Amino acid sequence: MELSGGQILVECLKAEGVEAVFGYPGGAVLHIYDALFQQEQVQHILVRHEQGAVHMADGYARATGKPGVVLVTSGPGATNAVTGIATAHMDSIPLVVITGQVPTSLIGNDAFQEVDSVGITRPCVKHNFLVKDVRDLAETMKKAFYIATTGRPGPVVVDIPKDVTDPRVLIPFEYPQSVSLRSYHPTVKGHSGQIRKAVDLIVNAERPMIYSGGGVVLGRAAEQLTRFARLLNYPITNTLMGLGAYPASDRQFLGMLGMHGTYEANMGMHHCDVLIAIGARFDDRVTGNLAKFCPTAKIVHIDIDPASISKNVVVDVPIVGSVKSVLEEMLPLIEDAGGAKQKEAIAAWWAQIEQWREMRCLDYKTNGEVIKPQYVVQKVWEITKGDAFVASDVGQHQMWAAQYYGFDKPNRWLNSGGLGTMGFGLPAALGAKFAFPDEEVVCVTGEGSIQMCTQELSTALQYHLPIKVVSLNNRYLGMVRQWQEFFYSGRYAMSYMEALPDFVKLAESYGHVGMRIEKASDVEGALREAFAMRDRLVFMDFQTDPTENVYPMVPAGAGLNEMILV
Amino acid sequence: MRHIISILIENEAGALSRVAGLFSARGYNIESLCVAPTVDETLSRMTLVTRGDEQIIEQIIKQLNKLIDVIKVQDMADAPHIERELMLIKVQAVERYREEVYRLAEIFRGQIIDVSETSYTIQMVGPGHKLDAFLSALGDIPVVEIVRSGALGIARGPRGMSVPEA
Repeated sequence: MELSGGQILVECLKAEGVEAVFGYPGGAVLHIYDALFQQEQVQHILVRHEQGAVHMADGYARATGKPGVVLVTSGPGATNAVTGIATAHMDSIPLVVITGQVPTSLIGNDAFQEVDSVGITRPCVKHNFLVKDVRDLAETMKKAFYIATTGRPGPVVVDIPKDVTDPRVLIPFEYPQSVSLRSYHPTVKGHSGQIRKAVDLIVNAERPMIYSGGGVVLGRAAEQLTRFARLLNYPITNTLMGLGAYPASDRQFLGMLGMHGTYEANMGMHHCDVLIAIGARFDDRVTGNLAKFCPTAKIVHIDIDPASISKNVVVDVPIVGSVKSVLEEMLPLIEDAGGAKQKEAIAAWWAQIEQWREMRCLDYKTNGEVIKPQYVVQKVWEITKGDAFVASDVGQHQMWAAQYYGFDKPNRWLNSGGLGTMGFGLPAALGAKFAFPDEEVVCVTGEGSIQMCTQELSTALQYHLPIKVVSLNNRYLGMVRQWQEFFYSGRYAMSYMEALPDFVKLAESYGHVGMRIEKASDVEGALREAFAMRDRLVFMDFQTDPTENVYPMVPAGAGLNEMILV
Repeated sequence: MRHIISILIENEAGALSRVAGLFSARGYNIESLCVAPTVDETLSRMTLVTRGDEQIIEQIIKQLNKLIDVIKVQDMADAPHIERELMLIKVQAVERYREEVYRLAEIFRGQIIDVSETSYTIQMVGPGHKLDAFLSALGDIPVVEIVRSGALGIARGPRGMSVPEA
């Protein structure tokens, strides 16, 4: 079969089982678009801004576990995609991002819409390629999907000059069956000696704590994690990225940890004697002050990325391997050992944890008809029976969504945890809705974040993606305002949003339904009405309490046991 | 502590900038960096000199290994090794200095590879500290120009650094 580069690219996508490409056309990718146009298997979702395309593919990938695919043009197409690529990179999301490039003969000549895409994206991708010869295209695509989805996943950029996809140049095409890279062999299986050492430490713990992260979600190991925790009856906390990997409604779950973690989770971390870190990377938002972090704990760390181990916190028993494989090896060893050995100590530890839990650190004060943002999230949880896909933007609303929407399943919580990208929520929600058209998909956002990618409301209409937007509109860049209140003596520099649009009209002008909710007593009714409109995107503009803060809070520089509670 | 790190990397466009970019992005310092193809011309061998405590060096090695193009990384400090650096140095060699430069070059086993009426250019090979010692021995003899290659390292003994079996 003789094909052009454009056709080869499309065939590669088909061979990889790609159902959709999120993209935006332009000069350098016209040949590819022409090839896409002449087939029906791979669908194309036309976004309104390349950043939206990458976040959409990212939301799709987070919700499905499959790689997201993006197609953008050279120059500004590629630079607009960079924020999305960096977002995916920080959260280890598998993406294949195809960027058009000026023809090879013009590279380096400052040609129209030329930018060094490989150079610009190098620090924020897992790997990238410039394909200079059409004969290398199929193999490069195979490598791109392989690298993006194996080991610690991440985005891979494939930069393709226009002449490489020239429809007049036909070459024989065969998609490689397999790929092998002499320089890339991710470790999947953990070292059995280390695993035994870890199990010995784990079953003998007196004040254990399981701290699991996004690696469990990415590694599809939620089931193994749950069995592990239940077998031992140990308390477990999840990072922001790990929410849903262990059912939030379970008694053993202590909530999220870290800067806005629960009192019981953070105190448990601080006082534990054995910390079992699983697919988590000791991020600064989790550890607080490193010098004060888990002062009495021996630490076991399971991670697929050796570079994550002992990067921030030096650990006692490192295990490099996939979380799933390592946990599966650990489970029978723990069973053979008869589970946790220090039964009395564990009972005392649980009694201590229950005392901390009694602080009820997530309770908040209500104030008549003023809408509390936490209340809105709780009601969303109730109405969606805790089973929706929830994408969030970045800021206070993100933390409230994480704290008050208890996820019982993995892959349902989609948020930019690492890079903290405002504008992520709406396109990510659309990507998830595209993947799961029959599921409820909610975007929890604020009036600041939503304006960073509002244009994708138009994409939602074109492709009929009826998500529900829950905007917690407090007229402030809330998280900035909160820090200014705490640490800048209330000097609210540029954190107040004046001249906001009428979001109801905005939604309506995009062909959707808009609602403005101003009273606490209207919240539940409005939500029920909105979720009853299964076929419509409903934008709910909740006028929330402008002075509400996210609690608990571990201030920068403090230890996890030094929380501001209210 | 100073470490010499040897890297086998795919000999591809951009490979050098991946390594250099990693160091700048993560705030590691590079004292010197040498790169050239190996016997197998699909591979480049890099020798990199850096400084850092044990934890930093461990991270550097892990992060280097994480680069997709990197095939093998070795910290020379882990085993007996030989370090060599090439220095070309042009010094003023007039009047009383002319004899002195000649004598010093001899003592340090340097070779004079270019001569003019007012200068000598000396080639010297050795570990970095030997080259430094020569420079300080020159005292107040005016140096016109110095070019140093940066350190190269190779392990002692029969074993070479090769591509691991897949």
